[in-house]
Amino acid sequence: MTEVADISVALPGGPPPGAPPRVEFEIIPLKGLLVVGVVLAFLVVSIAGDWRWALDAFHVVGGGMWTALDLFLGLVLGPILGRLSIPARVEFSARFMPKMLLIMPTLVICTLTAGFQLALKLGNLEPSSPNRSWLIASFMVVGVMAVIALGLLEPANLAVLFELKKPRPDPEVIGRLMKRFIYTAGITGLMQIATLVIMTRVSTQ
Amino acid sequence: MSAISADAALGPGAGGDERELPPIAQVAVASLILVVVGGIFMAVYLPRPAPLGVPIALIVASGALIVWNLVALVRLQEFAWDTFFLVVKWALLAYGVISGMLFFMFARNHTRGAALVVLGLMLVEYAVNIPLILAYTVARYQKVVPGPPS
Repeated sequence: MTEVADISVALPGGPPPGAPPRVEFEIIPLKGLLVVGVVLAFLVVSIAGDWRWALDAFHVVGGGMWTALDLFLGLVLGPILGRLSIPARVEFSARFMPKMLLIMPTLVICTLTAGFQLALKLGNLEPSSPNRSWLIASFMVVGVMAVIALGLLEPANLAVLFELKKPRPDPEVIGRLMKRFIYTAGITGLMQIATLVIMTRVSTQ
Repeated sequence: MSAISADAALGPGAGGDERELPPIAQVAVASLILVVVGGIFMAVYLPRPAPLGVPIALIVASGALIVWNLVALVRLQEFAWDTFFLVVKWALLAYGVISGMLFFMFARNHTRGAALVVLGLMLVEYAVNIPLILAYTVARYQKVVPGPPS
């Protein structure tokens, strides 16, 4: 990951006039990778050991954070970000997006694998279970969210970071990619409301 | 497809790249959708084994799109290959790990035989498509390096 982190280019003579400010940052925060590694290793151990409490924790905590982040990003932070000046947006993005690049995939994988494991262990996928149809609906919601997140949101996130690493970042590209990021986060946020309804329903039946 | 493609939202020429590039990201998203549909199809039958005809057809279709994408990529003469390879190798590692975890989860839950092979192939296609989307989307806005990929 060092190569990804060290691709910054020295800018001789400062930024060109009118260009967004250049902020030094790591595309992938290396220290964060260690935390991700520990979390994923614990997830594997929890699945291997069938630790119900740990699977519950991964699913509930991960799902809660995933949902809250999506809703907050799309419905609160997004509109605020859209009204900021380009330099403010660039500075915010340079500090915010690398963290999201680690946090979101980790939350997603923890929530989904632990949730699937729990569903099987608790018999929620058995044909006789009243939760079965709700869980199948949640698979479909998650499938759509996965395509949006992996096909649109994450590529936009990464492309913004590489654009910001250029000696002369193009504010138009950053603006458009950021808009895509915020809109797709908003869409997945709204879909998360459907997930919330399904999951609260499943947990109370 | 273009409405949800990784590039279409920016429109042609965004980022100073005025060249017409093949719809590699769009095709990769289409391939990803086929894999996701296949995964949901198999999950719907759980805990019983799913009939494998539909998932296999989806795997073949998704694989054909991946092959089309690889051919289109190799044909690109001017492209930011250094950036593309930089992103694709780390993304392959990351999504390889994620796919490995998902495979482990299915194997742990007694998925065996042909069903496990089908799920494994789906995960391979998933782990190839996402790095492709990420690397291509990033590289198309980078400075072009002439010449085919080394």
